Amino acid sequence: MIPELGHFSLIVALFLAATLGTLPIIGAARNNAVLMGVARPLAYGQMLLMSMAFAALAYAFLNNDFSVLYVAQHSNSQLPAIYRFSAIWGGHEGSLLLWALLLSCWTAAVAMFSKHLPQEMVARVLGVMGLIAVGFLLFMLFTSSPFDRLIPAALDGRDLNPLLQDPGLVIHPPMLYMGYVGFSVAFAFAIAALLGGKLDATWARWSRPWTTVAWVFMTIGIALGSWWAYYELGWGGWWFWDPVENASFMPWLLGTALIHSLAVTEKRGAFKSWTVLLAIAAFSLSLLGTFLVRSGVLTSVHSFAADPKRGIFILTFLVLVIGASLLLFAWRAPKIGLGGKFDALSRESLLLFNNVLLSVASASVFIGTLYPLFMDALGYGKLSVGPPYFEAVFVPLMIPMVFMMGLGPIARWKKMALPDLTKRVQWAFGAAAVIAVLLPFVGGKWTPMIALGLLLGLWIIASLVVSLVPRLTGAGTLMQRIRKQSLSYYGMQLAHLGVALFIIGVTLVKGYETERDVRMNVGDVVHAGGYDFRFDGVTEEEGPNYVAGKGHVVVSKDGKRVTELFPEKRQYNVSGMPLTEAAIEPGIIRDLYVSLGEPIPEAEGAWAVRVYIKPFIDWIWLGCLFMALGGVLAISDRRYRIHKQTKEQAA
Amino acid sequence: MMRFILPFVIFVVLSVFLYKGLGRDTSEVPSPLVNKAAPTFVLPKLSEPDQKFSPADMKGKVWLLNVWASWCGACKDEHPILMELSKQNIVPMVGLDYKDKREDGLATLQKAGNPYTLTIADADGKVGFDYGVYGVPETYVIDKQGVIRFKLIGAVTPENLTQTILPLVKELQAK
Repeated sequence: MIPELGHFSLIVALFLAATLGTLPIIGAARNNAVLMGVARPLAYGQMLLMSMAFAALAYAFLNNDFSVLYVAQHSNSQLPAIYRFSAIWGGHEGSLLLWALLLSCWTAAVAMFSKHLPQEMVARVLGVMGLIAVGFLLFMLFTSSPFDRLIPAALDGRDLNPLLQDPGLVIHPPMLYMGYVGFSVAFAFAIAALLGGKLDATWARWSRPWTTVAWVFMTIGIALGSWWAYYELGWGGWWFWDPVENASFMPWLLGTALIHSLAVTEKRGAFKSWTVLLAIAAFSLSLLGTFLVRSGVLTSVHSFAADPKRGIFILTFLVLVIGASLLLFAWRAPKIGLGGKFDALSRESLLLFNNVLLSVASASVFIGTLYPLFMDALGYGKLSVGPPYFEAVFVPLMIPMVFMMGLGPIARWKKMALPDLTKRVQWAFGAAAVIAVLLPFVGGKWTPMIALGLLLGLWIIASLVVSLVPRLTGAGTLMQRIRKQSLSYYGMQLAHLGVALFIIGVTLVKGYETERDVRMNVGDVVHAGGYDFRFDGVTEEEGPNYVAGKGHVVVSKDGKRVTELFPEKRQYNVSGMPLTEAAIEPGIIRDLYVSLGEPIPEAEGAWAVRVYIKPFIDWIWLGCLFMALGGVLAISDRRYRIHKQTKEQAA
Repeated sequence: MMRFILPFVIFVVLSVFLYKGLGRDTSEVPSPLVNKAAPTFVLPKLSEPDQKFSPADMKGKVWLLNVWASWCGACKDEHPILMELSKQNIVPMVGLDYKDKREDGLATLQKAGNPYTLTIADADGKVGFDYGVYGVPETYVIDKQGVIRFKLIGAVTPENLTQTILPLVKELQAK
């Protein structure tokens, strides 16, 4: 009964979404206040129904209702409750439901926090989001309903993929989807502005905080995914240029460009067509990511069952959404006008450069990801490019971008004299260069790549100081000056600092990591990177729904015990799938990482053991966290709150 | 203003590629081994570990090598199809139990039925590595001269069996 209610909620939600996607937009075109007025209630109703559908599926999972096919495929009565819940998005159908639920939440949030916007803008934005919801709900109802019954019911479920039975994977997909779906708001604002024909600074100001929120979620989502890959896959890597990873990385890159472009449009009225196009493209790539992951067009470790029928549906949807918005762009953009003029050297030009580089970077990831598809369609056979391509293309693009990134916050809007700029940054650059050249000697190994990576990271930090110092010196006490700077300024600098930490982390891990794959008998000691790892054997241990071989590894340095690590090799009862659970001792300057390989048959108690020392690897995720926090600071800025206050005073 | 229509044009071209990609079967990754001699090996049989098997034993016959494991979910999907195939007695099929415990492998065959002419145990996955096994299940068609003619990544389905594998087997058997 409950699953049928869920299914029914989806159908009603579809009708609401269809109404939301038509009436308010017609109302906005005809200036009919009644038609526009239905947008908000419909948005709330849609969220309510989607929540009911989601709750129904959650109920089926938590109560082990194996008469629901999707539950039987992705859960098991032995599964701990938390994973029975997260199993909702452990497969295709449930992921879509989560997608649609989050979309309805974003829609309702826009309805709620848009009181200060003109009515026709609200009507159009909500209408566009309603249309997107229609596409997803149709897709779900026609090709992938999570509520399909299995008759007769299974005695027990097939279990959730053990790789997904992990705390990181409980929150990673919702975060990432929040980001994907969040870009729909920026998209809807852009389309609404194109429809209305009014693209001005106010439009940018409205969509800016929404875009930043989506970007923050996406940053966290991607970082969590990377962190999960690091500790769960047992290979010690943190990014694999896998198609699914790329599918989230491409919209992130464009989203980053969009945030910067919006800043220019808001402050200077320039870059309007750029901004609109980026908003369309960022969301298009989010949709394309869904297409790539769901259709089975590309093979990936993450992909769920491939189904061409679903693929054709998503592709049609993609073509309609993206094609229509690009046509709308082609029709309306010529009338937008250019906005504020600026010189060849100005903050605008630096940001333009940044836009171009981020877009090119995104395009190059795109080409690499879809390369197998292009080659095959052209009849050249199945070829794919791996990390070598991505690294070769990506790094050279990022070097000038990082350089501009240091200059951007220092440069003035509109016009800046080159001597001025050089004078301000020469010391920063010099200091960064000297440290970057000398520091690798401390690490014990000097390579050009290490020095270059450090230079980029240190350059950002040094230029940050150059930007900060004059703002904090001068009249008033230091406290006063600190408080005088806007939160969005601190947000920007914090996010940029995050990029610096990220680059330094990547550089040092690449440059100084130690990896040893060894065969160890009980009592054997392996020496790696200044640490001694003693293998004390493997004992059998029972988990809630698995049996594990638990390894005991004692780590010491110069005879002093540092820590004890317990890597596991799990065998899940239901699926029988083996899983490696690496043991990690994290640290700000290094991670100690031990994972169990396979037992060695001929020697009793001996195992293949992987021992990694990963210097500064946590800086990678710390950097992402800083970027996300920067975004949070930026949207907490007073000018967004002032808006509310003035509105309240007026009312 | 031509430049504003450009994004749309690029997108149209892209959609055509995406559409073509849909019909594509991603499980058909070309293996460098296709049309090369099947790598030789000697492995113990799963049921009688003291008996060995080598591809040379199959010389003169067209045969299938099916990589499976007790821990593999997709193998359970293809299992009934393989059972059906074995009843028809068209082509001998050797099962390669990949990175599996002997007991588990045997238990699976006992429970679900044994479609294989014989099964060999590749406990450490060394032979699988030589064959470039991407994941389990995989199926190879090997001809009378011991040359790999086709490699299927992923589960055998009624479609790929009747449309690709069996016609190829018949063609090779006729040679």
